[in-house]
Amino acid sequence: MDQIRRPHEGVRSAQGRGAIGETKYPGTAASAAKRTEATRREELEAVKAPAERPAPSAFQSILFQNPEKYPAAETAGEPDCFGDLNLDQTMASLTSGRDEYELLGYFHTSLTDVDDIAYRHEIMRDLEGPALASRIRSFAESMAAMRKHLVQAQKLHYRLQQESWFLTAVDTYCGCVAELSEFLSQGGVKSRGMQAFAAFLVDYVASPRFQELRNKVRTLNDDLATVHYCVFLVGDGFRVHRYRDETDYSAEVEEAFAKFRQGNAKDYRSKLNDWIEMNHVEEKILEFVSQLWPEIFGRLAQFFQSEWGVFPDGKIVTFDRQVQFYLAYAEHMRRMEKVGLSFSYPVVSAKDKSVRAMDAFDIALAAKLAADGGRVVSNDFELSGKERILVVSGPNQGGKTTFSRTFGQMHCLASLGLPVPGRETRLFLFGTIFTHFEREEDITNLRGKLQDDLVRVHEILSRATPRSIVIMNEIFTSTTLQDATFLSEKVMDRIMKLDLICVWVTFIHELSRLGEKTVSMVSTVDPANPDKRTYKVVRKEASGRSYAMSIAEKYGLTEERLKERIGK
Amino acid sequence: MKAYLLYPDRDFDLGAELPVNADDLVQDLELDMLFGAMAGEDKFLFEAARVALLTGMANPADTIRYRQDALRDCIANPGAVRELYQAVLATITGRRSRDGLLYLGNYPSAILHRSVDLVEAQMEGLKTIRGLAEANRDRFRSRAFSTLFSMLMAELDGEYMQTVARHLAQLKFREGILVSAHLGPGNKGRDYVLRNAREEKTGWLEKLSRFLGPKEEEYTFHLHPRDEAGARALSELRDRGINLAANALAQSAEHILSFLTMMRAELAFYVGCLNLHDRLQGKGEPVAFPEPLPASERSHHFKGLYDVCLSLSMDKRVVGNDVDADGKVLTIVTGANSGGKSTFMRSFGLAQMMMQAGMFAPAMSFSANLCRAVYTHYKREEDNSMTSGKFDEELSRMSRLADLVTGSSLVLFNESFASTNDREGSEIARMIVDVLREKRIKMIFVTHLYAFAHAYVGVGDDIMFLRAEREEDGTRTFKLIEAEPLRTSYGQDLYKAVFREGVRETQSA
Repeated sequence: MDQIRRPHEGVRSAQGRGAIGETKYPGTAASAAKRTEATRREELEAVKAPAERPAPSAFQSILFQNPEKYPAAETAGEPDCFGDLNLDQTMASLTSGRDEYELLGYFHTSLTDVDDIAYRHEIMRDLEGPALASRIRSFAESMAAMRKHLVQAQKLHYRLQQESWFLTAVDTYCGCVAELSEFLSQGGVKSRGMQAFAAFLVDYVASPRFQELRNKVRTLNDDLATVHYCVFLVGDGFRVHRYRDETDYSAEVEEAFAKFRQGNAKDYRSKLNDWIEMNHVEEKILEFVSQLWPEIFGRLAQFFQSEWGVFPDGKIVTFDRQVQFYLAYAEHMRRMEKVGLSFSYPVVSAKDKSVRAMDAFDIALAAKLAADGGRVVSNDFELSGKERILVVSGPNQGGKTTFSRTFGQMHCLASLGLPVPGRETRLFLFGTIFTHFEREEDITNLRGKLQDDLVRVHEILSRATPRSIVIMNEIFTSTTLQDATFLSEKVMDRIMKLDLICVWVTFIHELSRLGEKTVSMVSTVDPANPDKRTYKVVRKEASGRSYAMSIAEKYGLTEERLKERIGK
Repeated sequence: MKAYLLYPDRDFDLGAELPVNADDLVQDLELDMLFGAMAGEDKFLFEAARVALLTGMANPADTIRYRQDALRDCIANPGAVRELYQAVLATITGRRSRDGLLYLGNYPSAILHRSVDLVEAQMEGLKTIRGLAEANRDRFRSRAFSTLFSMLMAELDGEYMQTVARHLAQLKFREGILVSAHLGPGNKGRDYVLRNAREEKTGWLEKLSRFLGPKEEEYTFHLHPRDEAGARALSELRDRGINLAANALAQSAEHILSFLTMMRAELAFYVGCLNLHDRLQGKGEPVAFPEPLPASERSHHFKGLYDVCLSLSMDKRVVGNDVDADGKVLTIVTGANSGGKSTFMRSFGLAQMMMQAGMFAPAMSFSANLCRAVYTHYKREEDNSMTSGKFDEELSRMSRLADLVTGSSLVLFNESFASTNDREGSEIARMIVDVLREKRIKMIFVTHLYAFAHAYVGVGDDIMFLRAEREEDGTRTFKLIEAEPLRTSYGQDLYKAVFREGVRETQSA
């Protein structure tokens, strides 16, 4: 019984995340010094030559240079703006299928320091190399398999079976750890985080303890693979002996009828119950088999007794969990890149409020469309010099809300140290993002909609600091134009005074001409086909319309088109 | 083993993908009537005829000749072919085999039992089929049939039949079952293989010799008589061994069945051809084996070509046409209403398809270049569900065709683009036909659009004009002559014919 309880603890430590803070390895002091230096650098270009980087310090976490700075990261709740920005959908699809890694807290934790962002950018860039990403992925698969095997070993009651599952678990662990170490030791990783992890892993694998473990597993597996036995079933019993080169009878039958073969036939094998557990007849057979090969099974039993509960290493377990943060996002990006959209590493600044992006797009909408092979419309934006506020007006259903979401999403994603949807991006490391999107009327709210709008706007403005970003979407729609203009101008005035970065979607285009801080953006329609939505939002006033098309042209049957089409 | 009666090197696939415009072809050329004549009431024959004709456009000339030769054999020995077909059918649908591999159940022992029974029945049927091959082999000359008959005789000889019988007996496993295994995950048995148990010693004599001979290490276990779970476990293990043998035998039965089914489908095509041959011969219509010309040519010439579907639907013989259109890309057919223009075009489309399927043609002689596809653009009754107008609908169908046609297609236009006024329709028709002609796509265009038809007079040697003829007194011969379009379409005549009494009344009034 004692043996059976111990692995349970092993499993729990494998799934727990105790490794952070368990600083078994020296070097924390040195890295703390570097951290202060880093925080002093307020601005940082995302890319820097590796030579300029400090030498790898002792490995702590693949997500944080200094995990103590983000104590709430494990359990952080969803930021308020995620719902309005549809980032809750994005986070759900990012983490779907990865529940066991419990990543949501990390996706809810904005980094507060540009160097912390750089730390992640470096790692993400390393993971862009397809070789590393696929290694890490297969490492993760193996670790998941290992956990399953351990649970299995723990659940079974027959000792000869437990021993086998345990051996498989250790084998899987040793294999994937050694493989990853081998790969990382070849160099090629440039990020501080990956270099530190590589150094740790290489030491770990080189340790005598690990080497011995691995050798034992190997020999046992090789020996067990040589076991080949026969069971002769007759009457009410059976006989077990070693395999003596008896011929394959199914093959003989197949051979006799081979001449009739017409392509592939259906599989008529019955699906026989294959429980992981054995019945007592199978147990008896296995017992006989162990008596036929007593030396091999003796060693297996010994291995089980001595190694049960001694592995795996806590830091490796935590790495396995946290690195999923990057893989999840990279996979998500790839779905959109497949339909021709681009992501980029933003230049992030905590001071400079000029922002820009080319071909930016709504990551939540893009993911939905990409699932059916569709490609979302992308837009450009820029705030430079004194410009702070994008005032978005124009026809309805023209992509205004999507545009405002895009702006907010990109900033949130940038603060997570991730690539953002768009090219040539430069973004602001904000303190808080406040969003005010028109919501479904809440009947339990007696204040009335206009009042509600004002209360919420007031709350936002009282909490906002110059490092905040505000996104307003169609507020004050429940009053007269005159009222709405008046209120909007008042609010706009406060926003300007606070020097906030802001996106304001409105039907009042006058707001776009309130001063040097505002920039007018307009949703557009296709001039040739006014019914068609383009979802393009551009920096200018609306354009005219025109429409013309003939019936032959419609079907591509003009001489030139027909010549192109026929016999293509 | 392959029957290979339709292709020298591959099976006839009843599930083959049909041309995307198959439904249009069936409707426009009234192919169902042809399939019906080949099938009688038999759905299977119908299906074989349908697939063979609709997939025939892909056949190269040597496949066509391969079938023509086989069909000549069939016409010479109709009784033998029908008898062979019946024997195959009986083997597939006989009492012991009609359920085939359905209802096998989930237990390996049940699957094995059923498969043994089925294979035994199939072997009996194959013996009969082999007998027919032996009896008829000297009377068939085509490559298709002589290869099949020799193969049946060589592969299913007496020795082979004995081997099969021996296996069928051994598969009852009266002596016990031997399985081998390796250790898999969790030390469970894995890679179970059924082994030949010849060496296992079970009788008392063997036990004695084992006791006396060199000792081999082995362990034996007997269940307690009341251990029901143990008995179940043991039978599960037995199933693991039988499972593989049952699978091997069931698959063999399936292979035999698909061999028979293939032979049935391929024979069905020839039986269908025989049925059609009987009917046409019965009313004295001529048939001829056509001569396919290379696909690069734009030629056809024939004598006495008649519409096989029209002929099948009436008691009298129908009027045939003679045309010599070698080197012609475009044939424009004009002339009297109800003068046989559409019938002529259909007769040509049908003959082309029958030729490419390897059949005889409904003509005294027929020859045409091979086409990789036939497309039809016929005027259609307006569809209620459509929001667009008639002309819009015509052009949208043309647009779909534009994506499909290639240089070696045949396109049949029947009164196309006439759902607008003569001028506009002619303009569009010319624009389209000009492009197709430039690409050397073979066309037959039945039209009333005078401006369109007339525009091609004297334009080139690759254009032929046919006209529905009428005698001086206005009666139609239903024969086409080579002649340029006339301005009127004899609508007056038709009116008079239909409203004869009305006209007279008007005159007398």
